[in-house]
Amino acid sequence: MKKYSILLLLLMSLAWGCNDKAFLDKQPTNILVDSQIWADKSLVLSVIADLYDRVPEFQTITGWSEFASFDEGFASNAGDYGRHKNTEYSYGDWGNWDYGLIREVNMFIEKCGTADKLDPADKARFLAEGRFIRANIYFELVKRMGGVPIILEPLTYDFNGDPTYLRKARSKEVEVYDFIIKELDEIKVDLPKSSVIKSRATQGLILAMKSRVCLYAASIAKYGATTPTVTLPGGEVGIATGLAAGYYQKALTAAEELINSGDYSLYRKKENLSENFSNLFIDKGNNPEAIFVRDFKLKSGKVEGWTLVNQPWSQAEDLEGGRLNPSLNLVQSFEKLDNTYETYVTNKADGDYIYFTSPKDLFVNRDARLEGTVMLPGSFYKGKQLDIWAGFLLANGTVIKGDNFGARKTLPGKAAAEYVVGFDGPIDNLEFSAQSGFYVRKYMDLAVGSGQRGVMSEVWWIRYRLGEIYLNAAEAAFELGNNTKAATYMNKVRERAGLIIPLTEANITFDRIVHERKVELAFEGHELWDMKRWRLAHIIWNGQSTELTTSPGKSDQVSTRVFGMWPYKYYNPGGANDGKYVFQKIIPAQVTNAHRFRLGNYYSDINSTIRNNNPLITRNPNQE
Amino acid sequence: MKLQLIIILGVLSSFLYSCGLDNYDAPGSTLKGRLVYNSEPINVSYNDVTFQLWEPGWQKKAEINVAVDQDGSFSALLFNANYKLIIPSNQGPFRSKLNAETSSDTILVNLNGDKVLDIEVEPYYMIRNPLFTVAGRVVTGTFKAEKIITGVNAKNIDEVAIYVNKTMFVDFRSNVAVATLTGSAITDLNKISLNTSVPTLVPTQTYVFVRIGLKIQGIEDMIFSPIVKVNL
Repeated sequence: MKKYSILLLLLMSLAWGCNDKAFLDKQPTNILVDSQIWADKSLVLSVIADLYDRVPEFQTITGWSEFASFDEGFASNAGDYGRHKNTEYSYGDWGNWDYGLIREVNMFIEKCGTADKLDPADKARFLAEGRFIRANIYFELVKRMGGVPIILEPLTYDFNGDPTYLRKARSKEVEVYDFIIKELDEIKVDLPKSSVIKSRATQGLILAMKSRVCLYAASIAKYGATTPTVTLPGGEVGIATGLAAGYYQKALTAAEELINSGDYSLYRKKENLSENFSNLFIDKGNNPEAIFVRDFKLKSGKVEGWTLVNQPWSQAEDLEGGRLNPSLNLVQSFEKLDNTYETYVTNKADGDYIYFTSPKDLFVNRDARLEGTVMLPGSFYKGKQLDIWAGFLLANGTVIKGDNFGARKTLPGKAAAEYVVGFDGPIDNLEFSAQSGFYVRKYMDLAVGSGQRGVMSEVWWIRYRLGEIYLNAAEAAFELGNNTKAATYMNKVRERAGLIIPLTEANITFDRIVHERKVELAFEGHELWDMKRWRLAHIIWNGQSTELTTSPGKSDQVSTRVFGMWPYKYYNPGGANDGKYVFQKIIPAQVTNAHRFRLGNYYSDINSTIRNNNPLITRNPNQE
Repeated sequence: MKLQLIIILGVLSSFLYSCGLDNYDAPGSTLKGRLVYNSEPINVSYNDVTFQLWEPGWQKKAEINVAVDQDGSFSALLFNANYKLIIPSNQGPFRSKLNAETSSDTILVNLNGDKVLDIEVEPYYMIRNPLFTVAGRVVTGTFKAEKIITGVNAKNIDEVAIYVNKTMFVDFRSNVAVATLTGSAITDLNKISLNTSVPTLVPTQTYVFVRIGLKIQGIEDMIFSPIVKVNL
């Protein structure tokens, strides 16, 4: 027993020998602490890079399937067919309430404000970037939820048992927009004025974002009047009509300041206008049009798989592809070179088919953006021709087609089996085939290997580009009654797309504005927000199964289901039209229901957990 | 050995018994009824019109949503309790009526056993005397649209429509044939006529279900006539 006591005493005296402070207070080896980060510019940069990357986005190249949620595209992927079978959008759809992220940004701003080891110029820029990210998150929130509580410092609970002092009510929708505009104005001077910086905030980006934010506020004020029930008595949802003109003016001023600065210009590097338009999105070297992007880099771990998931099956570099199929609804919206709208004419007046030597002949004399956005039957990708044709149409009207890519069958009168369907489909119910008859081209990488899972792509996602700013300016000018100016700005964008007959001021209508954004900005994540702010969403996605519109230039046409158009080869040995192509407009078999956007979808649901935790939060309208 | 087994089994079966002690009884009282105007049911589209039941006194607030069926009827299986019934604003093609007991649009529902409750509301329009005739495959519906709410709160007709479907779900979503007439094109509210031709049905069916729908300007939910089965 005594022996043990001595041993114990000996051990205790050993413990005495340690310097507790130095022994227990160890610098962690697996994370960096504040004092280390705020002393080093490059470490602060990596913190803010993380925040830049976490700003919520709805439709983007890292999530192809959301592009198939509306009428721009069909989801050719077995797990996503449900997008075309739902009858209505859920009230919670595309909602966001990420105050955790806002807290982190607020902490960044707070710590940056007290950091004393940074160069003052660097510090000012980081602070401005933090506030830009916060304004950006609030913009994402107000688009989805309407007015939200504006929290500008990291809230901390003091564990006194009563958290009610942390509860903040929702601000008015207009207050959130005003807050964003004020922040953008204030931080502008601290940011660099450089068009070379694409993935961080610049003065150009501030102007671009301001024009978009003001345009959204203005159109909610103006068109919100058409849906009087989409408001809340406290102003959390809805903006007074009288404020519209002021916001339109601000949007126009900001857009014009950016345009006139000359820092950016429309992308014109290729002679072929379609190729030029598709190159705009994938050319990362000296791109004069991109203002703000989310960048990716090969072999760095931060790559994106847009090309992998959407590559044409006939030349897929891996065992997948072809998921997003642009709809005929979109494809027929691209106008003809004489500025008129026309749906595709596949049959003559007497009902007989029109026979085309090449499947591309149907699409001639159209807006160059069509081929720049969509891969049409018979067009090329990565130097190889696409193989989109649905089967053989016999003279007696029978169709011979296969049920797998490049299936083979024996045609009547022939001895050997041959291909009866293209290697890209289209085949109903077969995922990765071009079930609408088209594949997407926007953002598709041309680099070899971009379609391999182990490589993927470093094409960036453009969040702001000058083309949109021109259209923002045109829309604001039109709403302010200055059609001449609107026409000038719109013609800039249209001329780049080969529509060289200029629109006159008499041509500028609301329908034109809506249409131009639809074709210029397809698959760029604008559709939902545009339709919401114009209060058109409940009109065009009204839940009724109507046929495809014949007036694609009108803004209020119902477009609840995605349609497609399939080319067939005509088989009539000895006949004049043997081997030529005919087209049939179809509705993919998986499209069984019509989209329905209810009035309650205009502002996403703030769920009952949030409302119970903070009873000051009011519910969004029309969701009860 | 045998005794041990018996004891284990005994303990286990006592666990089963405790389930009965711990759990609530399932809700057993039915609240059912109809939305009515002067005792006539209000016909609506399925899953679109709902009202809320609130049971005060709980820490967290969450409503029980009760959906109204196409013929204006509803039914909910509930616990016995005192509920507050509210039809949210912007819900349904009607306005709530002032409840004398609460001097608001809230209706107190004291549920103790099954209960039948007809809720009186004030629709903007009622569809009167709907009559359907068939000639070949063309279904014609004639009706009168009666304007119930007049004066400053009156609302105009956005659109009227005749809907035809193979099944008993008949509205703007679920139909095989539809014909519409915009409100501005209606000349006489007392005699509105619509017709549509029924496409070939696969599999063959010798009857269809039809009804008239009326959309009011600024109101999301439509009011309908009762569903009628007609033979082709």
